[in-house]
Amino acid sequence: MEMQQFHYDNKIVKNFLYATMLWGVVGMLVGLLLAFMFLFPNLTDGISWLSFGRLRPLHTNAVIFAFVGNAIFAGVYYSAQRLLKARMFSDVLSKINFWGWQLIIVSAALTLPLGITTSKEYAELEWPIDIAIALVWVVFGWNLIGTILKRRQRHLYVAIWFYIATFVTVAVLHIFNSLELPVSALKSYSVYAGVQDALVQWWYGHNAVAFFLTTPFLGLMYYFVPKAANRPVYSYRLSIVHFWSLIFIYIWAGPHHLLYTALPEWAQNLGTTFSIMLLMPSWGGMINGLLTLRGAWDKVRTDPVLKFMVVAITGYGMATFEGPTLSLKNVNAIAHFTDWIIAHVHVGALAWNGFLTFGMIYYLVPRLFKTKLYSLGLANLHFWIGTLGIIMYALPMYVAGFTQASMWKQFNPDGTLTYGNFLETVTEIIPMYWMRAIGGTLFITGMLIMIYNVIVTIKQGSKVENELAEAPALERVTKKRTASEGWHTWLERRPIQLTILATVAILIGGIVQIVPTIMVKSNIPTIASVQPYTPLELEGRDIYIREGCVGCHSQMIRPFRSEVERYGEYSKAGEYVYDHPFLWGSKRTGPDLHRVGSKYSDNWHFNHMYDPQSTSSGSIMPRYPWLIKNELDKSQTEAKMKTMVSLGVPYSDEDIAKAQESMAAQGEQIEQNLYSDPDFAKTYEADKKYAAENGEPFVEMKNREITALIAYLQRLGTDIKVEATAQN
Amino acid sequence: MSVIYILLAISIVVAVCFFFAFVMAVKKGQYDDSYTPSVRMLFEDELVKEKSDKSILTKKD
Repeated sequence: MEMQQFHYDNKIVKNFLYATMLWGVVGMLVGLLLAFMFLFPNLTDGISWLSFGRLRPLHTNAVIFAFVGNAIFAGVYYSAQRLLKARMFSDVLSKINFWGWQLIIVSAALTLPLGITTSKEYAELEWPIDIAIALVWVVFGWNLIGTILKRRQRHLYVAIWFYIATFVTVAVLHIFNSLELPVSALKSYSVYAGVQDALVQWWYGHNAVAFFLTTPFLGLMYYFVPKAANRPVYSYRLSIVHFWSLIFIYIWAGPHHLLYTALPEWAQNLGTTFSIMLLMPSWGGMINGLLTLRGAWDKVRTDPVLKFMVVAITGYGMATFEGPTLSLKNVNAIAHFTDWIIAHVHVGALAWNGFLTFGMIYYLVPRLFKTKLYSLGLANLHFWIGTLGIIMYALPMYVAGFTQASMWKQFNPDGTLTYGNFLETVTEIIPMYWMRAIGGTLFITGMLIMIYNVIVTIKQGSKVENELAEAPALERVTKKRTASEGWHTWLERRPIQLTILATVAILIGGIVQIVPTIMVKSNIPTIASVQPYTPLELEGRDIYIREGCVGCHSQMIRPFRSEVERYGEYSKAGEYVYDHPFLWGSKRTGPDLHRVGSKYSDNWHFNHMYDPQSTSSGSIMPRYPWLIKNELDKSQTEAKMKTMVSLGVPYSDEDIAKAQESMAAQGEQIEQNLYSDPDFAKTYEADKKYAAENGEPFVEMKNREITALIAYLQRLGTDIKVEATAQN
Repeated sequence: MSVIYILLAISIVVAVCFFFAFVMAVKKGQYDDSYTPSVRMLFEDELVKEKSDKSILTKKD
């Protein structure tokens, strides 16, 4: 047997590790800032790019794609090389993967605070960045598959299977959910509308959890836990069984995010069924991970790496038990839209992803730098502070979730809502938000301790960028085997051709399926009275999207007595046919807005946007003073309408030609309505006079952003009300 | 709702691909031995020698 010497690429692993730690701190700091904004809503008063709605997607994207994403790459690049006994396929591809991914993160960090967003959760980035993500992801897959093809170990260890599934599925999900028609370089509309968009979004959203936060981390678990414990995995057979069943079942579970919504019931039930089935493969992984430590629990007492991993796997077990439970319709009726979901995702994110990443970092850094960890004591401190942080975060959020749901659904004996004012249900849980902020502070403190520990360890270590290794060459397959094999075997030896063909295959499938989606009329039950938004409302809707209102407000009234009583008639699928993208939301930090149209006066909205606490005492909504001042950009309205026409919204040529006229007229009307408030009239006239006297430019109220937003809010959910009066 | 047929189609295609990969893996003998791989991955193959000589550490696969 010929022995071959080669070098593992450690440099790329180190780079990804540094990026993991850097973006981890950034993402969590943004999260912490958001947690404190629940307590001090005007913490970043008046700074549009630091407002809650714009920072929330930055937090989620940073922790998912920057922190966890880089951790995945670090772990995969380290373990894949060693499991396959080969250097990565191409150093150039590795570098493109690394720098491309960082560039995407930086562009996300710039665009999201500027309000450049599609508003679809975890897919907020606009279309040019979406394309960049697809390309970099293909580079990653190409590099991984290339390495697999030149491996020196014929058997593919189970972790590798998890990595392959991650690559394939994330590519498919990302492409299909990101189909959007551009209006300009930084603005696009989802090709899907309403119910369709919601379904595709959560098909993606749930599988982002499945194939970005779960399968790659299970792969990492199957490498790093046995390595750290120096024990073989409890049952290799179980790992195989649970891998194949997990990936089979996961992809169907998405609709459980849309229970009791306007999504057809059979689709909801399909999602629920598969979600419950998911418990088995999920717990298969959890049990396999924990039992790997059988007979090695004494090591857990002393080794911080194993401590972190044990808590990570336990967190995974808890989150994957909770997931199927939450997918039961009766449980979901309570938990959906509440802080329970925030607790659920943070058990997954902080424990499973966070702690497994920390364990991996503590395992890798001493090995990559050929030294010992600087301080075991500090690592243990990190472990305890972090664990306490998770508990302090999750428990109050569970309590908050239950409290919200109970208060929202509480009726008086006479049939009225006990807590008719939504604000009562908000102020009640402020103490929980305090505890959550403290828990988050603890968690991030632990992370900073780790970074200090790592820096000192690196300083005392030595640099080995290319690690020498030795393994026997892969034996040629015997004649007997190749005799019966055809063209595909040839293909498998040629990674570049394989990748190109695979990409073509994906593209063909994509095109075949996209074109009908755009061309074929949707078969959602249409409602005759539902009309497209007027140009001004469309612009207002884009402001709603830009400001991330969807982060705290839903537009989906479920058919429960408590919700119909509080918000109005429950939401129908046919009401959303012109909603590109859908804005149903997933969290009610504030009340639902689907029937907010004509509920309040224009003045109320104006004052509420300027200072929410003035109209609603105790509100934790931040102020939006820039909306009051900014001039509305009407230069793209026609282009936006034309894009909407391509997506099937029936604007006539005349509608588009008269867009500016229509906006001026509707704006004029709102300005007039605003004059009914003497305070407004006084201040506004004074401003106008001041501007005229000083020769400053003055934007009339009808041309300001607030007017468009008011137009949109006053329209919400009113189409059905028209129908009701027409019938009477 | 028509999009669900597309999603179902994609999901089935992905599932079929995985099923095909599974069958191929079994046929190729990936799972003939379900014990050795779990132990094999524990062995380190890094060569712990000539650390000081930097000239050897050139990229050569």
